[in-house]
Amino acid sequence: MATPSITVSETPLVLYALRRADDALILGHRLSEWCGHAPAMEEDMALANIGLDLIGQARELYAYAATAEGKANDEDTFAYLRDVRQYRNLLLCEQPNGDFARTILRQFLYSAFADAYWRAMMASTDATLAAIAAKSEKESAYHLRHSAEWVIRLGDGTEESHRRAKEAVDHLWAFTGELFHADDSDAALIADGIAVDPERLRAGWTDMVANVLATATLTQPKSGWMQKGGRSGLHSEHLGHLLSELQSLQRTFPGATW
Amino acid sequence: MVSAATSNLRQAAWNAAASVVDPEIPVLTIADLGVLRDVTVHDGRVEVAITPTYSGCPAMNMIALEIELALARDGINGATIKTILSPAWTTDWMSDEGRRKLRDYGVAPPQAGGSRRALFGVEVVACPQCGSNETQVLSEFGSTSCKALWRCNACREPFDYFKCH
Repeated sequence: MATPSITVSETPLVLYALRRADDALILGHRLSEWCGHAPAMEEDMALANIGLDLIGQARELYAYAATAEGKANDEDTFAYLRDVRQYRNLLLCEQPNGDFARTILRQFLYSAFADAYWRAMMASTDATLAAIAAKSEKESAYHLRHSAEWVIRLGDGTEESHRRAKEAVDHLWAFTGELFHADDSDAALIADGIAVDPERLRAGWTDMVANVLATATLTQPKSGWMQKGGRSGLHSEHLGHLLSELQSLQRTFPGATW
Repeated sequence: MVSAATSNLRQAAWNAAASVVDPEIPVLTIADLGVLRDVTVHDGRVEVAITPTYSGCPAMNMIALEIELALARDGINGATIKTILSPAWTTDWMSDEGRRKLRDYGVAPPQAGGSRRALFGVEVVACPQCGSNETQVLSEFGSTSCKALWRCNACREPFDYFKCH
């Protein structure tokens, strides 16, 4: 009999921390799927390292969500005992790895946002979020540099690598609008300086992405309709499959430890 | 006024904790690395504060365990190990002694003042084997979170570089 899911009291602060924690955990898990499968040894290590950084960030954010909620939940129950509709991550982060170009473009589009986001959050009036941001921005700078260099190498590489990079950016583009999502739950946090208004980051992200894509000889897709839903638990079909793997041990053997 | 007993206990606990080495880079102690932040004593109980190098550094659990064991070996039991995030760890905290030990071990030490670099900037890293600046990066991410993989074009040896952070 599978372990039932937890219930979460999603106060604005709890929800805010969970959304960012879920981004980091889900993207980190996706990167871990490359372990042993990357096109070169160096990239195998790089993707695993980036995944490790992200899962570390997720742990800090989950721990803070648990403190803010003040119930029995902790970082493990948040990760292992919530079902798909309780996850709050960006749709971008859950998209399957696809080929190496798809993984790299997904990382670049996310890291270009995350790097600016964490730097802005260092000024948060919430001391814990500011501390997590100060650690995370150093890591995201490396993630951004690594993925940007690969976007350029793939886009400005061979005909085949260009074709794959183009396919990746075209496919992922509709998920980038959600990066700038903010809702009523966030409004008070933004007003209090706890959270950064994501609109403030849009111009910087747009510039960064435009520059790297241009250097990579890739055409930026026209901004049209944007897919959203992850922040409120409406996910693509891919997340359930990811969670079934991520959670299978704790669901089958509740409370199992190493 | 801190009593002499408390002061002695704090110093003994600091010395024991400071002797713990990084499990990945055993020539460096956690004091050399700047991972050991503080030791305090309240009512005869020791609390040791450490800070992670990277968010996901898997060595942190082992370091905490090693500190407990080192304290116990010196007769200090029941210590608590606290992880603090702020201020964020930086390679600028690495001692000169630590940098020298790293180089002797074959790992290029982090550049001083290595806070945020220009994203696409060029770094010059001297080879820890022969000292040449004719080096190139092979991979931004090495065998552990804190290292990158480089190669020396003069002596042809690959080497680890402890990344600026």
